[in-house]
Amino acid sequence: MNRQAQAAVLFLVGAAVLHAGLTDLYLRYVKAGLRPLLLAAGVVLIMAAVATVWYERRGRGEAGDGHGHVHREPRVAWLLVLPLLALILVSPPALGSYSAMHAGTALQAPLAYPSLPATDPLPLGVVDYAGRAAYDRGRTLAHRRVEVTGFVALAEDGTPYLVRMALNCCAADAQPVKIGLTGHIPPVLQPDTWLQVTGTYTAKQTKDPVNDGRIPFLDVTAAKPVPTPHDPYDESWNN
Amino acid sequence: MSTTKAVPPGADHRDADAPDGPREQTAAPDGPREQSAAPDGPREQAAAPDGPREQAAASQGWQFNSPLVLVMLLLVLVVAQGPIRRALSAPVMQSWMTVFVAVVCQALPFLVLGVLLSAVIAVFVPPAFFARALPKRPALAVPVAGMAGAVLPGCECASVPVAGALVRRGVTPAAALAFLLSAPAINPIVLTATAVAFPRNPEMVLARFVASLLVACVMGWLWQRLGRADWMRPPARPSHEGLGKGAAFWDSVRHDVMHAGGFLVIGAMAAATLKAVVPATWLHAAAANPVVAILALAVLAVLLSICSEADAFVVSSLTQFSLTARLAFLVVGPMIDLKLFAMQAGTFGRGFALRFAPATFALAILGSVLVGTVLL
Repeated sequence: MNRQAQAAVLFLVGAAVLHAGLTDLYLRYVKAGLRPLLLAAGVVLIMAAVATVWYERRGRGEAGDGHGHVHREPRVAWLLVLPLLALILVSPPALGSYSAMHAGTALQAPLAYPSLPATDPLPLGVVDYAGRAAYDRGRTLAHRRVEVTGFVALAEDGTPYLVRMALNCCAADAQPVKIGLTGHIPPVLQPDTWLQVTGTYTAKQTKDPVNDGRIPFLDVTAAKPVPTPHDPYDESWNN
Repeated sequence: MSTTKAVPPGADHRDADAPDGPREQTAAPDGPREQSAAPDGPREQAAAPDGPREQAAASQGWQFNSPLVLVMLLLVLVVAQGPIRRALSAPVMQSWMTVFVAVVCQALPFLVLGVLLSAVIAVFVPPAFFARALPKRPALAVPVAGMAGAVLPGCECASVPVAGALVRRGVTPAAALAFLLSAPAINPIVLTATAVAFPRNPEMVLARFVASLLVACVMGWLWQRLGRADWMRPPARPSHEGLGKGAAFWDSVRHDVMHAGGFLVIGAMAAATLKAVVPATWLHAAAANPVVAILALAVLAVLLSICSEADAFVVSSLTQFSLTARLAFLVVGPMIDLKLFAMQAGTFGRGFALRFAPATFALAILGSVLVGTVLL
């Protein structure tokens, strides 16, 4: 790959990263906090591309220019085209039911159970509900209607789960937190559709076959499809 | 033209290249010439500025107009994007792609940070600085460099280019390697993340710090005693003499991003494959036996290639494993994983990485078992 091609790849990768950082696209892959770093990296890459072209043009006439194709970059540099194409052409979706059912629930005992506001229905995160239901026997959830948003995943035996992937840094470390659905479940459930489920606490629990983690259930009274949220991951863990 | 390759680049490649202006046109007929250059391997290795030499030598015959190839490739892919998307719509492929893009996106800012730092070291910091800053005796320089790792904020992607720049600037390889191993594990960001991830086991932070520093220093001393200079391909690069500081700086940035970036992509592909394909049930079975548990998490750390700023969160949820096994994950991961191996092979040569990586892996497990027994 010679200098011009390198400059082009640098520029395109930088532009793709900037594009992802300036839209919500980056939230499918990394945590929100990484945005400034992503934007800075994109700017640096574009500057490197511009500098490469500039010094290349300026150096052409002079003997002072460093290097021609004596040192080409190794062929491995071509691989940088792959993430570029993946990001621009395919823009893969955030991790969904496939990954969720391949990993065990990552639910851990919460450190505390802060008291909840009095709103009805009460909006709760999947992680928050699951923690209170599984490790506090629903003490703080008694007689409350809760509203939980997540995507649908179906277990092999057909049990529907409401899942949110919890993310710490990037999608490579995303882990599912699962809530089982029982009660008035919509008759047709398509995996990966986002649902806003209203329901009440139930003592029913099960164990995740993958890692024996606790999966609490939610007694559903109503469920409505909602668009994919801005940030498809639950990032409450890293804040 | 046909002698360009055989002339030691340090001496006069710049002059030789000067008439190169219309490079694209001359590039195609260059093929045979480049192949004929392959036999002067040893000299190449000493003088040639970049790349895994084996690869570069193999690719020499494959030189045509790379911007044209790039444009054609992009055009073909844009035209064929419908079928490509259909082929990639299977859930396992989507999950693979998401993790792949995620690893690259997450690592890229830190790679760029490391590349910028390495360019600063290469261009603006005089070699005399390191001679003064580090103790003369390598045996002492190793722990000092290991501790210095605490000041590089970021994950392991940043440390590889920086360590490469240190070696080029004349720092004892043993000390640079101690820095390479310790920096991603003991900097404040990573230690804070570890403390947050293990709220009930604050001793985990201390254990991670001690075990990582210990293993880094032992690896440094080991390299100093047993390491041979010819195992490590000197990470040479285009000489910056005759270039202005700005030109040299951006040249270094461009070179490192293209180079380390390519290897990062290989590592990201490997990590995505494992994440998407390997069933998590295997882990569950491994946790039952304490020895197998440690080995399993150590191997998992290598395969998953998670950023050292996030690995504590991942492993803290693997509650079925003992704390020592989880410590092994935290010590091994930042020192050696698939993407690091690819990047080390790119920076220091494949011969180096093939020896260095297994030794690091074994020592990191040993170190974490020792520290785990004492502290956890």
